[in-house]
Amino acid sequence: MSTVAHLIKSFTLWEFVKAHWLTLKYFFKPKVTINYPYEKNPISPRFRGEHALRRYPNGEERCIACKLCEAVCPAQAITIESEPREDGSRRTTRYDIDMTKCIYCGFCQEACPVDAVVEGPNFEYATETREELLYDKAKLLANGDKWERAIAANLEADAPYR
Amino acid sequence: MTEFFQSLGMTYEWAWFVATIAGILLIALPLMLAVAMIIYVDRKVWAAINLRRGPNVVGPFGLLQSFADGLKVFLQETIIPSAANKGLFLIAPIITFTVALIAWAVIPFNSGAVLADINVGLLYIFAVSSLGVYGVVISGWASNSKYPFFSSMRAAAQMISYEVSIGFIIVCVVLWADSFHLNTIIEAQRGHGLGFINGFIANPLLFPLFFMFFISALAETQRVPFDLTEAESELVAGYQTEYSSMSFALFWLGEYANILLMCALTAILFFGGWLPPFDWEPLYLVPGFVWFFLKIFFFFFCFSWVMATVPRYRYDQLMRLGWKVFLPLSLLFVAVISGWLMFTRYGGVA
Repeated sequence: MSTVAHLIKSFTLWEFVKAHWLTLKYFFKPKVTINYPYEKNPISPRFRGEHALRRYPNGEERCIACKLCEAVCPAQAITIESEPREDGSRRTTRYDIDMTKCIYCGFCQEACPVDAVVEGPNFEYATETREELLYDKAKLLANGDKWERAIAANLEADAPYR
Repeated sequence: MTEFFQSLGMTYEWAWFVATIAGILLIALPLMLAVAMIIYVDRKVWAAINLRRGPNVVGPFGLLQSFADGLKVFLQETIIPSAANKGLFLIAPIITFTVALIAWAVIPFNSGAVLADINVGLLYIFAVSSLGVYGVVISGWASNSKYPFFSSMRAAAQMISYEVSIGFIIVCVVLWADSFHLNTIIEAQRGHGLGFINGFIANPLLFPLFFMFFISALAETQRVPFDLTEAESELVAGYQTEYSSMSFALFWLGEYANILLMCALTAILFFGGWLPPFDWEPLYLVPGFVWFFLKIFFFFFCFSWVMATVPRYRYDQLMRLGWKVFLPLSLLFVAVISGWLMFTRYGGVA
């Protein structure tokens, strides 16, 4: 009996009919893909994207060149050089992040005592050359200026859980 | 069309020549356009079944995606491997593409709308589609590279295996229609089923042959589940691995032109070609070529649908299906159908 059933099944291509019926149902289902450049997923306030160096509201840069981020960075992507400024405060003369080395672990922003280096919400900074991904201090400060509002909002949203 | 050019003051020979060239362009250019659009449809159908969106950025609904791809490919450099046999390497995609196009010469788009109205049209198509394997074999050989060579050997074996069963299926249809002339075959299908269904598909004896023909057509055009020649996990990209730029595009266009040809052939042999689906007077108000294109489009949808549904066959399974299932079955059908016709149509007199 089972051989007869098997014969009927194979000659009517039953498994294929079933499979095609299934895929036809999927054909008419709403699509799950996000229409990316036009639609974007919401991202968490904790999202670790492109780095930025922040400033205080009076325009003074936050970074005090403690080099904790450089020390904690597991990929050794951060390079800092510092010397005292004219007013005697310790400041960085060089703050480079090699974005091609960075693993986006977020240790730098965790280590920072003054919330100077943060990973912002921006993830769309693909470049055409590798050199453009070797960020220097000017680029990072510019990022900070550009994303300050979003970064501040994210830090505030995440603050109760820290 | 010859008369029209003659009325412009040409001699008969010149008018015939110009009319033929015009006819070729009238078929080849829309065909290229159709191939571009059908590639888009293909991608959209797979995407929809995978719950993706498919191309939707270039042009409205992404309709111009194929043209963007074509432009990109056109602007790239044609790389010829230093170990390749240059002449053969360059001529292989041209053979594939040309052979895919010339078969369209005998396809009737409407009653009388056919470029070459020859009375052995079906034989011509069968012969030309067999030539298609040369492009594949030559490209695999001329690439002088392992995987394209494997792929072209597979392709040759596969196309030859399935052509045998396609041949027997065509013989069955020819027996029933009593002609090799494509328009006569289509006319024979008028009101074939219960007096109102146009198409041999309504014939219980030819109905299973349609499925065998469709599956063989998938194998013949190397579509999933028979795309062993392009099995990317085993053979990189098959016989086109070493090709780039326009030579690659020619393979691509030829492949899709072949798929469209197979869809057209399915429509002509089993679904009444340019006849409407039912022998009902109001349906004849729609021009025949619209019905024909709708049928081609439907079968192309089926091709994509199958592609998005089934996994690839193993090579021995493919050969087993071709030689041990389809060949005996189609042979059996040739015997049964010719016997049936002998006793019903010709009164049992040999």
